[in-house]
Amino acid sequence: MMAFYFSRLVEIYPFFLKGLLMTSKIAFISLISCTLIGFVLGIARSSNNLILKRVVGVYVAFVRGTPFVVQIFIIFFILPEWGLQLEAFPAALLAMAIMGSAFICEIVAGGINSIPKGQWEAATSSGLTLIQQLRLVIVPQAMKVILPPLVGQYVLLIKDTSVVSVIGVMELTRVGWVTVVRIPEGLMVFSLVGVLYFSISYPLILLSNYLERRMAVQ
Amino acid sequence: MLDDFNFRVIMEYLPQFLIGLRSTFLISIVSIALALATGIIACACRISGIKIIKYPAIAYIEIIRSTPLLVQIYFLYFGLPTLGLRIPEIQTGIIALMLNSGAYIAEIIRAGINSVDEGQLEAGISSGLNYVQRMRFIILPQALGVTIPPLLGQNIVLVKDSALLSLISVMELTRCGQTMTSERFMPAEAFFTVAFFYMCIYFCLKAMADWSQRKLIFREAY
Repeated sequence: MMAFYFSRLVEIYPFFLKGLLMTSKIAFISLISCTLIGFVLGIARSSNNLILKRVVGVYVAFVRGTPFVVQIFIIFFILPEWGLQLEAFPAALLAMAIMGSAFICEIVAGGINSIPKGQWEAATSSGLTLIQQLRLVIVPQAMKVILPPLVGQYVLLIKDTSVVSVIGVMELTRVGWVTVVRIPEGLMVFSLVGVLYFSISYPLILLSNYLERRMAVQ
Repeated sequence: MLDDFNFRVIMEYLPQFLIGLRSTFLISIVSIALALATGIIACACRISGIKIIKYPAIAYIEIIRSTPLLVQIYFLYFGLPTLGLRIPEIQTGIIALMLNSGAYIAEIIRAGINSVDEGQLEAGISSGLNYVQRMRFIILPQALGVTIPPLLGQNIVLVKDSALLSLISVMELTRCGQTMTSERFMPAEAFFTVAFFYMCIYFCLKAMADWSQRKLIFREAY
């Protein structure tokens, strides 16, 4: 029986690759959007504007305080009630962007706050505008603090894409879930899913470890 | 947007939510305790020089850290019955959470131990302390202060992760929201209530983690 199921699994292997492609697509789009939004929010969070800081703080607390599944359910089930119909795929991307940007925001804010005040003052007295101060002086230095946890967060985000399977996006976990109904060999099917996830996230884990070591030396 | 928010139904379902909350609580506490034990054992194997236990520990930690929790849950949920092990969903869920958090906790503890200065270890060796004594009197007391804040952070993650158990129909907080949605079709009320309860847990745990961060981090007196 084992061998039979194994040959079936080999037969439908392309289906898994399609799932992997979908996972990579979601991960890629959401990582980019999370990074962009996260940086903007992080800069806002570390600014001196109290209102801005508080608003971003509330957003971050709400996102970090609730499980990602609950957030997906809120987005997928409640937005239609308010007249905003979303397909599963854009809903998944939206949920990922909201969740990931809050985490990246905290990392960026931590990095920017780690820069001594003197750097800001020096940049101001050199006559740089706020954008220039951030782009030329603050962010390049903060990058050393930001980069290792950022890559670590990327790994977490890639793994969190598995949760969007609950709203029916046909990505890797969903493919495994659908397959296991027909091929009742849970260990085999989900080992395969695990191996495919491993192949994308492990290189990133190694990169994160490498960055951590390298940045620590400097 | 929320003008037709129905509090009456929430009140009606409140007892169920409280049962769910208690269930989330119990699952989290049991899983945290088991994960801590797993993490300590895995970390001890990982940092020991004995190859036959070191490499399995490394494999365990890396495999868990590079696959999603949901896949691990499904792996156990669909996989254990094929091995002839039929256990209730809630136990499957606790095992999954234990294995998942255990790997992260092992890494947290290892980072804490590595944070202790090499010179301390050398001083211990030259004072004639053996391995156990060095661990007991020199490394662990210093590592503990660095380890506890991230451990509390891991607890927060674990409580949120326990929401995934709702997908294998464990009756906990998120599952209550799902039941209410399917029975009354009121997803807004259901999931905002669920989110509210999770926020309450989050803020309690966060306050604890922040407090320990201020109190416990070992500060060198330069």
